[in-house]
Amino acid sequence: MSEICDTRPPLPLGLARRGYTGTIQHLTAEGTSSSLPDVELESRLIELGFVEGARVEILHEGIVGRDPIAVRVDNITVAVRRREAMAVIVA
Amino acid sequence: MESPLLHLALVGTPNSGKTSLFNALTGSRQKVANYPGVTVERKEGAFVTPQGRQVSLVDLPGTYSLRGRSPDEEITRDFVLGRATGEVLPHLVLCVADSTNLRLTIRLLLELKSTGRPLALVLNMFDIAKRRGVTVDVESLSQALGVPVVTSIAVRKGGTDDLLQLTDQLLSHAATSTADRANTWRPLTVPELRATQREADRIIAATVSLPERPDTWTARIDSIALHPVGGLFILLAILFIMFQGVFAWAQPLMQLLSAAFDALGQLVHDQLPEGLLQSFLQNGVISGVGSVIVFLPQIIIIFLFILLLEDFGYMARAAFLMDRIMGGAGLHGRAFIPLLSSFACAIPGIMATRVIDNRRDRLTTILIAPLMTCSARIPVYTLIISAFIPPTKVWGLVNLQGLVMFGLYAAGIVSALLVSFLVKFFLMRDYQPAPFMLELPDYKLPRLRSIAIGVYTRAKMFLQRAGTTIFAMMVLIWFLASFPQPPAAATEPAINYSLAAMIGQAIAPLLSPVGFNWQIAVALVPGMAAREVAVAALGTVYAIEGGKEAAEQIGQVLASKWSLATALALLAWYIFAPQCASTLAVIRRETGSWKWMAVTFVYMFALAYAAAFATYHIAVAMGAG
Repeated sequence: MSEICDTRPPLPLGLARRGYTGTIQHLTAEGTSSSLPDVELESRLIELGFVEGARVEILHEGIVGRDPIAVRVDNITVAVRRREAMAVIVA
Repeated sequence: MESPLLHLALVGTPNSGKTSLFNALTGSRQKVANYPGVTVERKEGAFVTPQGRQVSLVDLPGTYSLRGRSPDEEITRDFVLGRATGEVLPHLVLCVADSTNLRLTIRLLLELKSTGRPLALVLNMFDIAKRRGVTVDVESLSQALGVPVVTSIAVRKGGTDDLLQLTDQLLSHAATSTADRANTWRPLTVPELRATQREADRIIAATVSLPERPDTWTARIDSIALHPVGGLFILLAILFIMFQGVFAWAQPLMQLLSAAFDALGQLVHDQLPEGLLQSFLQNGVISGVGSVIVFLPQIIIIFLFILLLEDFGYMARAAFLMDRIMGGAGLHGRAFIPLLSSFACAIPGIMATRVIDNRRDRLTTILIAPLMTCSARIPVYTLIISAFIPPTKVWGLVNLQGLVMFGLYAAGIVSALLVSFLVKFFLMRDYQPAPFMLELPDYKLPRLRSIAIGVYTRAKMFLQRAGTTIFAMMVLIWFLASFPQPPAAATEPAINYSLAAMIGQAIAPLLSPVGFNWQIAVALVPGMAAREVAVAALGTVYAIEGGKEAAEQIGQVLASKWSLATALALLAWYIFAPQCASTLAVIRRETGSWKWMAVTFVYMFALAYAAAFATYHIAVAMGAG
């Protein structure tokens, strides 16, 4: 990974565009507008492979509001809405 | 030696190929039922191991963890923990993994270990993994996990031999060991979840080597299939081909079936003396049940498409594409699959809403699923359209009959979206949309044998229904239409003296504002049992009234007896109602309340009446009365 990548400011995955690649820094369900309780959202994200250090890439976006997004998480592809992806902090 | 029946359970994440493994092991020896008290489908099958052990295998609902966040996942947890009512603790739990994608399953397996059940990991689809350059050190993986690991290729002959052998080994051990390991399972906290995922990743890093590049085929197909615009076109094209298949390809087979039943009826007619028995067999049993069984080709084709798309991995993509679009009407992306299934029949569609884990999303989907034009309405539509709508070309290329059919489908979809929107607006104002989180599995070539078993199971269910509910209704209709017998000096057709006529005339005043005559009223009553019965009932009513010729040409009879306005009103009526009784029963079961069943019935009845009323009066005003 290049130097530039490492010094990029962290951002929520929910704000990233198609083609974005990065690494998961941490999860914070707090403050997202998901209808799930924080603990539940975090658990589900982990169960789908969103753990610290996993490489992510946004492969596809939906037609309405670029939502939902199809994310490559290490070697699987997961569809999530941006609302929930806000809990995943990447850099 | 008579060995005792041993119980095995299959556990795995969604898309792990669990079902095809289940099909490979048990073939067509499957029983589908429900778990007591809940509506989760219980799939059980039987097989015999190479050493002659009788095994009962249960395919548990797919899950990522034992937390049990939906009724399906609770069943899996309770079953494995031996808490499920009326179930025995499994002698062996087989955890099934997609070999190309081990991360999530290995984490699940680590959680399963704490239940203390004898456990084995099955690396399924091992051939695909190999082809993609995934190599697994099975020996060290087994050591690292502390459970036996076996590879399998569910779709290939002999692909489950190793698994069967291991099963024998483990079961002989399980039968002799008396001390079960203790169950120490409890719901994992977030840090624990994270820790098990790390542990899983560590084990995988040490024993599995992944290829540098992800599956290129999946990436290539997705670059088109998930394209924001192109993807929607492909989805539409697939739907178009599906309906083309249901309507055009099924036709020759349906005509064949229909001719066969006619011939059978004629045979009975010729063999038996004139009288009640002859009339009962020909008009009641053969033409009644035959008119329903004719739809078997359509049911098979629609399920073939649905299962193919599911197996290929496209269904999750369809949900992805439709999520926000359906979200506008207050629907969840996952509702797409149940609603699509509802075009075949609302019953499997409503049962498929279990994939939606949010109760409100699920309820909305259940409420509107019956508005999707199910295949049982096709006979009604086809009959009336062919009798009343001329097959002229519109704009030089579109057949008017086809256009009307399309319009009826579109009306169903549009009204479903409207109802969903209204439900969201009026009943669930404080509602927050549930999350859409879904794995998009790699594309896989559909497994034909597995699909064949799936289609076969569903066709069998349809035929059983035709053989029981529908048969009973047809007998009842025939009875109502035949008794009491007309007096000897009767001048009017026999049916005018029957019970059916009395019932029809009793409710006819209620239906005359929408342009229905008493014959339609008579047909609508049994139509409650199953929509398609209405056609058979009309056939029976008019067949008995007009003799054999009328039965053969029911369309022409209708055309001569009904006004165009009546026909159009009946079409409008059928977009919405009447609900078939089995759909209502499923809604009652799936929602666990009479209230929602009543709500569905009342709103659909009201819509049907209003639509038929408006259609009839507009048509009359335009001179079609």
